Amino acid sequence: MTGNPQGNLLEVRGLKKHFPIRRGVFSRVSGYVRAVDGVDLVLKQGETLGLVGESGSGKTTAGRCILRLIEPTGGSVVFDGVDLLGLSPAEMRQMRRKIQVIFQDPYSSLNPRMRVGSIVGEPLAIHRIAKGTDREHRVADLLCKVGLDPMAMKRYPHEFSGGQRQRIGIARALALNPRLIICDEPVSALDVSVQAQVVNLLMDLQEEFSLTYLFIAHDLSVVEHISDRVAVMYLGKIVEVADAESLYRDPKHPYTRALLSAVPVPDPDAKPQRIALKGDLPSPAAPPPGCAFHPRCPVAVEVCSRLEPKLLDSGGGHLASCHLVHPDGAGPPV
Amino acid sequence: MPPEAAPLLEVEDLRVEFDTPEGKSRAVNGVSFQIQEGETLGLVGESGCGKSLTAMSVLRLITPPGRIASGRILYRGRNLLTVSEPEIRKVRGKEIALIFQEPVAALNPVFTVGDQIAEAIRVHHKVSKKDALAEAARLLKLVQIPDAERRVREYPHQMSGGMCQRVMIAMALSCKPSLIMADEPTTALDVTIQAEILDLLRRLKEEFRLSLLLISHNLGVIAGSADRVAVMYAGRIVELAPVREIFASPKHPYTIGLLRSIPKLGERKRSARRRLYAIPGTVPDPYAHEAGCPFAPRCPDVMQACRREDPRLLPLEGGRKVACFLHHPAHPSSEAATS
Repeated sequence: MTGNPQGNLLEVRGLKKHFPIRRGVFSRVSGYVRAVDGVDLVLKQGETLGLVGESGSGKTTAGRCILRLIEPTGGSVVFDGVDLLGLSPAEMRQMRRKIQVIFQDPYSSLNPRMRVGSIVGEPLAIHRIAKGTDREHRVADLLCKVGLDPMAMKRYPHEFSGGQRQRIGIARALALNPRLIICDEPVSALDVSVQAQVVNLLMDLQEEFSLTYLFIAHDLSVVEHISDRVAVMYLGKIVEVADAESLYRDPKHPYTRALLSAVPVPDPDAKPQRIALKGDLPSPAAPPPGCAFHPRCPVAVEVCSRLEPKLLDSGGGHLASCHLVHPDGAGPPV
Repeated sequence: MPPEAAPLLEVEDLRVEFDTPEGKSRAVNGVSFQIQEGETLGLVGESGCGKSLTAMSVLRLITPPGRIASGRILYRGRNLLTVSEPEIRKVRGKEIALIFQEPVAALNPVFTVGDQIAEAIRVHHKVSKKDALAEAARLLKLVQIPDAERRVREYPHQMSGGMCQRVMIAMALSCKPSLIMADEPTTALDVTIQAEILDLLRRLKEEFRLSLLLISHNLGVIAGSADRVAVMYAGRIVELAPVREIFASPKHPYTIGLLRSIPKLGERKRSARRRLYAIPGTVPDPYAHEAGCPFAPRCPDVMQACRREDPRLLPLEGGRKVACFLHHPAHPSSEAATS
């Protein structure tokens, strides 16, 4: 791991986001969608934590809750010693200088009516960091850093390919010298060859600016490649966290195993030992009792439908929440 | 590969052009391939390389400003590009079916899935609505939708993405086609669902002796399902080979680069984060018609001839083909000029 002794940059504890379901004439709240339901995450300074899960697992909502782009229902988000959920909107805006985000869709996340120079320079303008020619120089610098020609400043987003647009989005995220960047599926919309370019760029920038990444994605091979540690989410909860190598070599949670076994391998002679899952992802409005995964789990036992397993250490910082991994599930929660 | 049987589908020198104010874009630029009976041909390439347009051309579904400029598409020996409109309509769905990438968008939200499958059946067969609906339920069972009798009366929004793709497959099967063209059938789905859909397609293909044109940008999907693979770049096929050979010994520098640039699962060693191999540069502008191989500006092995002359897709040993001067020397006159 590349983490240094400076400790944790971000600590997320018990993060929850329950979206109310409103029904009827008076919009009475008739239930909640538990999109994020008690997520604990720790990011060390300088590391990349991969957050994987299928659509609807809550990974994007979790990322946005950390930035308070969506207001969480509960829990705490401590960044560099400050609880973000206790900040006023003005204080939070100041804090966002240090936490930036890169979005999935490079087509919809850039304003088509703004020139690239204004898009990348906007954070500098909002935070009154630089103006005039100074700003222009900083923008040109940023564009160089992400591998674009500074002349790109004068052009509009539609003149660029998907990969180049994602570079513009990265330049914008870098403008304020952030410490943490939440990368929400940054390469999912890109072609394979361009994806590799952007992944390399993210790794180079991390080294140059000692950035910390929360890398949210559904592509397990990309996540394995870029992450120091990986957390797997299922139905609003983290089911397994470990350093990248041991998660992929020795997955503990049956869901992680199934997920890894389903990844298509670019080798025609590979004999897939696929673990089939029963049924579909349950609705997060009515998560199953006990372990949320038990109705689809190929190895579920009786206790799984009654008791919710805790996320416990099974040695060497490899955490998993499964009764079969921790038969005496009563151990101290981590 | 089966011995010299007459191919089910034969595409010859297909060209699709777009006439736009910016100029003429040659989106498909001389594509030729064959699909044998019972075979799965994988068509890989990145966005904009012309793989979807190639499939659309087979059923003449190209709409203006696009048009099929030239070529022949022989299905069971008949040129689909010259048959009458009523005749091509009989081919669509009944002989050749198409499965799209976005199953939820491809279904009509205001009709039940049963109605939509029944409609497809009744376009080509004279059966009562009731019988068609019963057939729809049978097809849903065939594509492993649990509780098919009930779900046949449901609307697309009541189903998950994976279920909708199963419905699309049921619809594609409804008129017993010989060829199914699946355009990125699993790209919008999660990995676990993707694996199920690919299993289903493989099983159905065996069961009904279908031929399959599987279009995907995902080399993993292609590796697990295709018999032969055609790699497309900038509107043409640059390499065509049996699936094992493509992955074991790719010949075209683009194929080599593409295979090297995908991160492979389980390759990672503790704390070693390697840079991924990345093909430098970007795909060429489809409006620019520069001489030479379209991959030349990005190619690590580029030679002088590559910038002057366009390599043709020519056979190598073992039933494979490649369009590259590294494997087929350029025309003698330009050869002499090469340093």
